[in-house]
Amino acid sequence: MKKLIFLSIMLMIASIIALSFKTEPARKKINPTIVKDSIGSVKAFMSVYKVLMSPRCMNCHPAGDQPLQGDDNHIHTMNVKRGVDGHGVYSMRCSNCHQAENDPGVHLPPGNPKWGLPPAKMRMVFQGRTPRELAIQLLDPKQNGGRTKAQVLDHITNDGLVGWAWHPGEGRTLPPMTRAALVTQTRLWIAKGAYVPSAKAK
Amino acid sequence: MITVTVNGQRHDIDADPNMPLLWAIRDILGLTGTKYGCGAAQCGACTVHLNGESIRSCCTRLSRAAGQQIVTIEGLSANNNHPLQVAWNEMNVPQCGYCQSGQLMSAAVLLRENPNPTDQDIDDAMSGNICRCGTYQRIRAAIHRAAELAKEGAKS
Repeated sequence: MKKLIFLSIMLMIASIIALSFKTEPARKKINPTIVKDSIGSVKAFMSVYKVLMSPRCMNCHPAGDQPLQGDDNHIHTMNVKRGVDGHGVYSMRCSNCHQAENDPGVHLPPGNPKWGLPPAKMRMVFQGRTPRELAIQLLDPKQNGGRTKAQVLDHITNDGLVGWAWHPGEGRTLPPMTRAALVTQTRLWIAKGAYVPSAKAK
Repeated sequence: MITVTVNGQRHDIDADPNMPLLWAIRDILGLTGTKYGCGAAQCGACTVHLNGESIRSCCTRLSRAAGQQIVTIEGLSANNNHPLQVAWNEMNVPQCGYCQSGQLMSAAVLLRENPNPTDQDIDDAMSGNICRCGTYQRIRAAIHRAAELAKEGAKS
């Protein structure tokens, strides 16, 4: 009888150990990388925020309906306007001066095939946004161009106009980190729970 | 060889695809109504139409015009009778005249898209065209006059 009880206990222990090993890969499949972490998520977003608020990104995400220029974010000369589609008005369309590529030389027009601002109905303003406001905006499909979190990450990873920021032509400063680093931080922000910074975060 | 249609005429141009379109228009095709101002898309003197849009030809590569429709000031109308040209004459708009072909090409896009522009519309459309003589008030008045002429023309 004692032998039977001993064997039963051993069998139970062995089963528990075996099950604990078995469930680990299953859990990994659901969330292959990271568990939620509000502090880590916000920390990653603050890195993303610094890039989005740099001139190469913010100048085409202005608070008003005129693009910005330069590292001091001054309003674009020549009274350029956003227009309904984000590509200017009348004889002042973006592509009238901005080509599909940068024109060589300092102070010559930078270029990209998609050069323009967000459209009037989806202005996606960066200028003046706090970290909290910008994070909320990026997560809200009604304010981010109808994007899911995965699509936000894809936009940052693959969009050609976003990529221009790291090839801005002569005389223009680069964002404060590489695009690869930005993608890593954006991925971390989302994977750790896409937490929004507190109202006090700067 | 790059094929471009300029003012309705097809041209095969043997030139570097990176040549500014303005060079091809002036130096190869001999259409000198379009002017060189700044060479940096800052002043508007070189404005021509590419598929109806008023581009700065000094910063536009010839390759962008390949297979496209270009219109210069020489092709704006058959007999210099575009309402803008008539109004420009009526109101003696030019002083030195250097910027005026660019002004007219930009104004033509404005009137095509907005046949009855307000002063604000004119400012929005024409701010990329600089006039060193300061003829802005006459330009604005002439655009309003051209809008009237176009309406009268449409009635008759």
